[in-house]
Amino acid sequence: MTAGLWKIILQGVGVTLQLLVYSALLAAAMSFVAGAARTHRSRLVRFVAGLYTEVFRGTSALVMIFWVFFVLPVAFGWQLVPMWAGTLALGLTYGAYGAEIVRGALAAVDPAQREGGIALGFTPWQRLRLILLPQAVPEMIPSFSNLLIELLKGTALVSITGMGDLAFSGNLVRLALQQSAQIYGYLLLIYFVIAFLLTRGMRGLERRLKAEVAR
Amino acid sequence: MSVETSKQPAVTGTVPTELIRIEGVTKRFGENTVLDGLDLSVDAGRHVTLIGPSGSGKTTILRLLMTLAEPDEGTITVAGQRLFPAPEKQVREVRKKIGMVFQQFNLFPNMSVLRNLTEAPVRVLGLSKDEAEARARELLDLVGLADKCDAKPTRLSGGQQQRVAIARALAMRPQVLLLDEVTSALDPELVAGVLDLLRDIARSTDITMLCVTHEMGFARDISDQVLMFDAGRVIEAGPPEKIFGDPERERTREFISAVL
Amino acid sequence: MTWDWGAVADFLPYFGKGLVVTLEALALGSLISFALGLVWTLLMRAPTRWVRWPVGVFTEFVRDTPLLVQLFFLFYVLPEAGVTLSPLTTGVLGLGLHYSTYTMQVYRAGIEAVPAGQWEAATALSLPVRRTWTAVVLPQAVRRVVPPLGNYVIAMLKDTPMLMTIGVLEMLGRARLVSQQHFQFTEPLTVIGIAFVVVSYLASLLLRTLERRLVR
Repeated sequence: MTAGLWKIILQGVGVTLQLLVYSALLAAAMSFVAGAARTHRSRLVRFVAGLYTEVFRGTSALVMIFWVFFVLPVAFGWQLVPMWAGTLALGLTYGAYGAEIVRGALAAVDPAQREGGIALGFTPWQRLRLILLPQAVPEMIPSFSNLLIELLKGTALVSITGMGDLAFSGNLVRLALQQSAQIYGYLLLIYFVIAFLLTRGMRGLERRLKAEVAR
Repeated sequence: MSVETSKQPAVTGTVPTELIRIEGVTKRFGENTVLDGLDLSVDAGRHVTLIGPSGSGKTTILRLLMTLAEPDEGTITVAGQRLFPAPEKQVREVRKKIGMVFQQFNLFPNMSVLRNLTEAPVRVLGLSKDEAEARARELLDLVGLADKCDAKPTRLSGGQQQRVAIARALAMRPQVLLLDEVTSALDPELVAGVLDLLRDIARSTDITMLCVTHEMGFARDISDQVLMFDAGRVIEAGPPEKIFGDPERERTREFISAVL
Repeated sequence: MTWDWGAVADFLPYFGKGLVVTLEALALGSLISFALGLVWTLLMRAPTRWVRWPVGVFTEFVRDTPLLVQLFFLFYVLPEAGVTLSPLTTGVLGLGLHYSTYTMQVYRAGIEAVPAGQWEAATALSLPVRRTWTAVVLPQAVRRVVPPLGNYVIAMLKDTPMLMTIGVLEMLGRARLVSQQHFQFTEPLTVIGIAFVVVSYLASLLLRTLERRLVR
């Protein structure tokens, strides 16, 4: 492989990482908002949050990407920059899975903690922020770590829309070289290294958070 | 030793002020009726002990007062303010007046001991951080744990945790303190320390206390009034000398001789 | 926005064909993943780490890299190696291989969840190894294995549209084809979007019922 082709691959890595960061941030925001909303007093709030998680977990990420890239512009006139379209589709889809993680971890906190908070007169928002989330977040990290890997794998889907991510760059290089085994081998290896580093990072984060609580 | 409590004046003279009023309260869990049309009135500054077999509804009364559960029927009024139904804001006002100590302590494991005591006064009562800390240190001193300020609650023994929990409830300067079997989860050798602390608080403050306990000696010491519960009703009420010495009901006599 | 029911009606026959292919890929992919996952699980219990280590690395590699790229790999590399398969067969192999790295975790968890006392009791009764597995361990493990396996089948359903990229005309492939021919993107894509939500919701309801039966 020539230096020029490697440069294409490296640009692809850059796009993939950028998309990963943006969509992970959106997914994290959706996870916490929707996950916490499912514990809300108001039935309406719970219903809306539940509808979001059921619909977006039910749909296929690739179909979602097609929809955001091709239907939104035609039907609603919203022509998004590809990076934002990809972020929106992936962030909303994986956020729905994340919301289940948040909901589950909040439900797993000893109900007595909630009662302790009520007895001291905290508002529901204060109980969530000061008591429940600090205890629940360390428990969420392993599941979030798995979800992050799924999201990394999901970013490859945007290549179908012509966005120049790692998978797309790999296809370009394959057209140039016609050596599929080698190129796709490299591609998979790069994804694997990124996944490995992410897993390591999340494990470190988990250890730090747990130490914080148990100290 | 002194613990400052509510701004409300202590009970003076012969006119007691009613602080808690429970009328016709019924609470069911499924088929099971745990409170059956209960009426109860507690005057400010009184120490009331609730005794009776488990499942007779004692703890449920405390949980209703703390708004941890809702009654199916009846009304509950605290300091003239009605609960159930009441606007969220009014419920929170009432909660500020009431403190509760739980059987399982319910300290927040993610906060230091000191922050367990300062968090609610700062966030709920709006005290400054310095004020809240000064108050917290004073209370930790009172419960004999001044040196544990920075420890995490999980590092403490059960007895120490419960003393922190008592200090945490007092840090809110409540008018009413609810004590829900506070020594039941403790190792036997740790019980006396917690009970002595509560005796001191009962003696030296004018906090109204509602206490569910199986410690009959303690109940006899601190109570102005003892309520004997059975099957969701108060079957006998009176001063401790009467209830423990010469109860009228056979059921009460049986229960007391069984637990003593 | 304009919604053309006529376009929906035009799409429906193609949608039906696509749905059949989707379900076909799902059924075959699931079977492969169930069987291959079991192979991985057994290999991971091999006495020598010269087996366990490569299997562990390989399966983790497959699990942590995009199925999409794996499909490209199979689609372009297998013919170079002289193996010519139809797109659907390639896709089914890809799905099955990818998800086998998940089902192996399900099997392992199911076996590990059988309490140690059960193994000890079997030993105490001098049950032969084969009988211990078939009569004691597996029946207890199955109950714990079926619900998560079901969840992975639902997850696989949502990954079947990727087969479009190697030329399989499943639901999304059909929708794209029709879209390109008639310049009608909104209706076909929305129809299959809803179809996925409905099918996976029904499947999860079915699974929950099954779970309740098994737990009993």
